[in-house]
Amino acid sequence: MKTSACDIIVVGVGGQGVILLSHVIGKSALKAGYSVRGAETHGMAQRGGSVISHIRIGCEYGPMVPLGGADILVALEPAEALRHAHYLFKDGVALVNTHPILPVTVTTGRATYPPLEDIRAPLQRISKTVKMLNATELAIEAGTPQAMNVVMLGLLAPYLPLKEELLVETLAESIKPKYLAVNKRAFEFGKRA
Amino acid sequence: MKEYLLGNVAIARALFEAGAGVITGYPGTPSSEIVETAAQFAKRYNVHVEWSVNEKVAVEVASGAAWTGTRAAAVMKHVGLNVAADPFMTLAYTGVKAGLVLIVADDPYCHSSQNEQDTRRYAQFAGVPCLDPANPQEAKDMCQFAFELSEALELPVIVRPTTRVSHARSDVLLGSIEERAEKPEFVKNPAQWVMLPVHARPRHTELLKKQAAVADALNDTPWNRLTLRESEIGIIASGISGLYVEEALKQLDADISLLRVGTFPPPVALIATMLKTVKTVLVIEELEPVLEEHVERVALTCNPAVKIIGKTSGQLPREGEFDLLLVRNAIARVLNRPSTDVQILKAATEILPPRPPALCPGCSHRATYYAMRKAFGKDAIFPSDIGCYTLAVGMGTVDTCLCMGASITQATGIRFGGEQRPICCSIGDSTFLHAGLPGLLNAAYNKARITVAILDNSTTAMTGHQPHPGTGAMATGEETKAVSLEAIAKALGADLVETVNPLELDATIETFSRARDFEGLAVIIAKQACVTNARRAGVRRKPFRVNAELCTGCKKCVEFGCPAIEFDGEHARINALCSGCGVCAQICPSDAIEEVIT
Repeated sequence: MKTSACDIIVVGVGGQGVILLSHVIGKSALKAGYSVRGAETHGMAQRGGSVISHIRIGCEYGPMVPLGGADILVALEPAEALRHAHYLFKDGVALVNTHPILPVTVTTGRATYPPLEDIRAPLQRISKTVKMLNATELAIEAGTPQAMNVVMLGLLAPYLPLKEELLVETLAESIKPKYLAVNKRAFEFGKRA
Repeated sequence: MKEYLLGNVAIARALFEAGAGVITGYPGTPSSEIVETAAQFAKRYNVHVEWSVNEKVAVEVASGAAWTGTRAAAVMKHVGLNVAADPFMTLAYTGVKAGLVLIVADDPYCHSSQNEQDTRRYAQFAGVPCLDPANPQEAKDMCQFAFELSEALELPVIVRPTTRVSHARSDVLLGSIEERAEKPEFVKNPAQWVMLPVHARPRHTELLKKQAAVADALNDTPWNRLTLRESEIGIIASGISGLYVEEALKQLDADISLLRVGTFPPPVALIATMLKTVKTVLVIEELEPVLEEHVERVALTCNPAVKIIGKTSGQLPREGEFDLLLVRNAIARVLNRPSTDVQILKAATEILPPRPPALCPGCSHRATYYAMRKAFGKDAIFPSDIGCYTLAVGMGTVDTCLCMGASITQATGIRFGGEQRPICCSIGDSTFLHAGLPGLLNAAYNKARITVAILDNSTTAMTGHQPHPGTGAMATGEETKAVSLEAIAKALGADLVETVNPLELDATIETFSRARDFEGLAVIIAKQACVTNARRAGVRRKPFRVNAELCTGCKKCVEFGCPAIEFDGEHARINALCSGCGVCAQICPSDAIEEVIT
């Protein structure tokens, strides 16, 4: 029996905007009348580490999406998509930014970063719908690489049980007005991608 | 009105709705956002909100307010209660006048902690009530109830959120914040407030007598909920585990008896009612078997034949945090249903590079440690402490990390334990002011020949950049005096005290070398603002780049471990993360790293 209308996992690297993206989704869902549960990574892991945020729309239970239960996996970084792929439900949707952030284990030569194809293939074994795009590039085109998370929000929007206008409205409330135009552009780029 | 709130923000809100007049705390994940949020509203609602120097101080300040008739809360992470254990244990004897609530956030799985101790044990130990919320709404409601309970019982009360409550976000129903009406007055009463043995003995008796009232007050609270079904198997679950159980039962379509427990001591009458109707009971709680032990005791009198499944039976772990899957599988096993396996992409994920948290690009701690290691050599002993700098464990300059302040004291013990090699310990500025002072004084007093490096980045960085007495700002942002670490170190008896800018590498190495050879107690203060804070304050330095023609590919800069330096197989390359600290340019033996001129 289904215990949540839509379970979403947002993953990335500390500083990429995982929390803001999750916040916009959760707050919009509350505005749409859903009960919402979420869980965030704070503290130690934020220092350039791998971060994960859970959002459960239409759920009244625990805050974490169960392993193998995510309807949608949003990855702001490709290696993090694969690292958290076991959260994905087998008919789920994976949305992945292809722009890598090299961990210090790679920059110092202790580990290597896998080619994108080695990330895509296992994801496709779990899910039919795997969308990969360079959201960082699109964000730069929109005006700033910092808006990459909003490009991903635009890409995610059609899969959410939420109206697009609501997401944009919440986004506008969550950022400084001077960044609104850039972010709206980023949202559109993501949506059309 | 409902708002989408972080658990810790909901707790902060509760403190204002409950009319707390004093809120204290020391930062610590997962509790930090409570005081941070409260500080933002302190002025508007005329509440004293402070970052205390440590948790012991926080509890004592809050207790003073409560003894004066003002509702007060002290906020900390679980291990903070160890620091505050001294006042806490005796506060149970003295009791309180106005409500005193300790918010102590536990961290199952050690997401950001050095251990995963269970605060419910402390409550049991002290004989004070403990409330165990399952979600942000409960945390908020429990905090408000805790003040009433504290006043009714004249006892401090603990509210114990866990990481998954403090850092959960959900829709939370808000109440109103009223103007406070208390008339604060400290009423002298030595028999209650002066814990001489002659007073402590009867107060202990008093505390023991109160236990019946504690049980009565908790039994019928809304967070203890019994749903009886005609099932031979029942479940008793505490805090957030109760939510996992409810979801699991729905997914398994299993209609069995469930007792959700939100208070400690737990509701004995409800446990007895459940035990009389079942043959097997599954007890589900994170960390220690606190609830389970209560259930075992109740079973002795009301149903000795009942089979109790939990941690003692080995079915559920005593460490780590729970989640839906773990709980659902535990229930499925008892119900003889198949458990669920998750598709683990082991082979696929093995190709992934680890991504441990690391010091930021341009972090001055990296430079300090580089210089320290250069001067002391890799054979020296490097005791360390709790803060961002512990992340530098890979640099070879973090040999120990035990608890707040233990760097200096363990360095002392390593010296007196017979270690002859040079010893240089490191401690952050906030940690030094929290628990390092007695250790430094002790080292001076007992003539320990060690070097103490205070990594002064003028903030409590790891927990989210909170101010401390060395920064010149209070929790609310108001200006205050900034204490001098140099003056403190000298006053505590250090023989050599030097301040260096760690971004000036040669000078720093030279200073550390002098400390190494110094016949006494040396304190080196490596002072440089946290790079993240500096960026927020508008500091912009020119980034650096590698001149590929000069780069010999020796990897000296790469080994420095800055995330802004990459290696393309032949040459080093500096990426967009560079914050312009310039230390790599000083390390490069070929002068191949230069400032970007724009």
